[in-house]
Amino acid sequence: MKYMLLIHQGTTPTPGTDAWEELSQEEQGKVYAAYKELNETPGFTPGERMQGPETATTVRVRDGETLTTDGPFAELKEAIGGYGFLEADDLDAALAVAARIPAASMGGAVEVRPIAG
Amino acid sequence: MTLEQVFRDEWGRVLATLIGLLGDFELAEEAAQEAFAVAAERWPEDGMPSNPRSWLITTARNRAIDRARRNRTLAEKTSLLEVPEAAEDDVEAGTFADERLELLFTCCHPALSTEAQVALTLRTLGGLTTPQIAGAFLVPEATMAQRLVRAKKKIRAAGIPFRVPPDHLLPERLGAVLAVVYLIFNEGYGGDAQLSEEALRVGRALAELMPDEPEAHGLLALMLLHDARRASRFSGEELVLLADQDSSAWDGAKITEGRAALDRGLALRGRGPYVLQAAIASLHASEPRDWPQIAALYGELARATGSPVVELSRAVAVAEAEGPEAGLAIADALELGDYRYLHATRGELLRRLGRTEEARVALTRAFELADDDAERRLLERKLTEVR
Repeated sequence: MKYMLLIHQGTTPTPGTDAWEELSQEEQGKVYAAYKELNETPGFTPGERMQGPETATTVRVRDGETLTTDGPFAELKEAIGGYGFLEADDLDAALAVAARIPAASMGGAVEVRPIAG
Repeated sequence: MTLEQVFRDEWGRVLATLIGLLGDFELAEEAAQEAFAVAAERWPEDGMPSNPRSWLITTARNRAIDRARRNRTLAEKTSLLEVPEAAEDDVEAGTFADERLELLFTCCHPALSTEAQVALTLRTLGGLTTPQIAGAFLVPEATMAQRLVRAKKKIRAAGIPFRVPPDHLLPERLGAVLAVVYLIFNEGYGGDAQLSEEALRVGRALAELMPDEPEAHGLLALMLLHDARRASRFSGEELVLLADQDSSAWDGAKITEGRAALDRGLALRGRGPYVLQAAIASLHASEPRDWPQIAALYGELARATGSPVVELSRAVAVAEAEGPEAGLAIADALELGDYRYLHATRGELLRRLGRTEEARVALTRAFELADDDAERRLLERKLTEVR
């Protein structure tokens, strides 16, 4: 089965933010190590890195009119911060990989979505 | 044995095996339904086959193969065509694996909502029909049907595995299974007795299929010991407190079966919440009541669960063992706010201490918080004692 892992950052500190700088070197190292390990997981294809949700622009078209707003579609806290693809035997295997994504344990959450077809 | 009874007893077992064989819930359910329909038509005339279960599974599988041959896409989805067709009557007993446990863990997977877990468990393992489940939960039939369809669709689309979880996932997943079965039981305890019977059926299967799991025996014991007292909980429309129940109305066979299950759980060194609650229920079914022991078990349970509701039960037991003052001290320390049983308990203990005015205040509070007529009438009777 193929899954998409959608990473919702929540309050997870990300590099370049104040919250990130407040983490100890050791804590930062752990996050990098976890991502490295994740990227080396068989079946996992990392998505491309995204800039922060504060850089997002959202577009809606209603009755032919385009409405453009600053920010992500969801609340800042619930915005997508990253994604990846995973080939796994079943949902349990996919959930186990999702749980290892640092955001899942640092104030965010990971949504596991099966890919159609 | 009536046909209907055989159907109820065999439905879950037959369906579980078919899901294992066909790899698809929907397909398996359709095939099982078809086989049961054929049986209902033929058995009364031809007599029941020597092994009804194998007959049902074989018939269902053959029908599914027929259908798959007519439908290529379906055939590609399953490995059906590789399975040789078997004659319906030459199947040996025990040929088919019992996969009820796989089915139960799939139905209670945390990727499904609790509501869906409950409905699926009742439909697949319990053998209740969709209208019966809808009726028991007082929701429209269409709502329940949709809930079941959506859950089955998610199992397939999200890849929820049909298996008993590996060891590292087992404690958490077993907890979910036990919780669903107990939830069904409790739903039936206050209402539709049919639900309690189904919970017992699934509970017995679980204890049989996980013989080394103390909590499986603990849950079965707990349900049996409670169910044994079902008839004596009400006198007409009126609630009867445990202390005033007529123990001759208890179901002795269920108490015996429950205590045997409890003994198995204890022999496996079980000290989990279900074993502890069953041990308490067993003591409650003995005369005279061993209150110090009951209080000690509630203490152990409160430490294990951290639940103030359990602590309140301990307060009641301590009041019986050491006097109302000791019980009241425990109850007064609890932060349970609007929990009506806190106020009912305090009211009763204050009454026993002769603190009538405070008792009246507490009982009135409990009365205001009660949401059930029988409970309200019981509190009304208590209130007249402190007037």
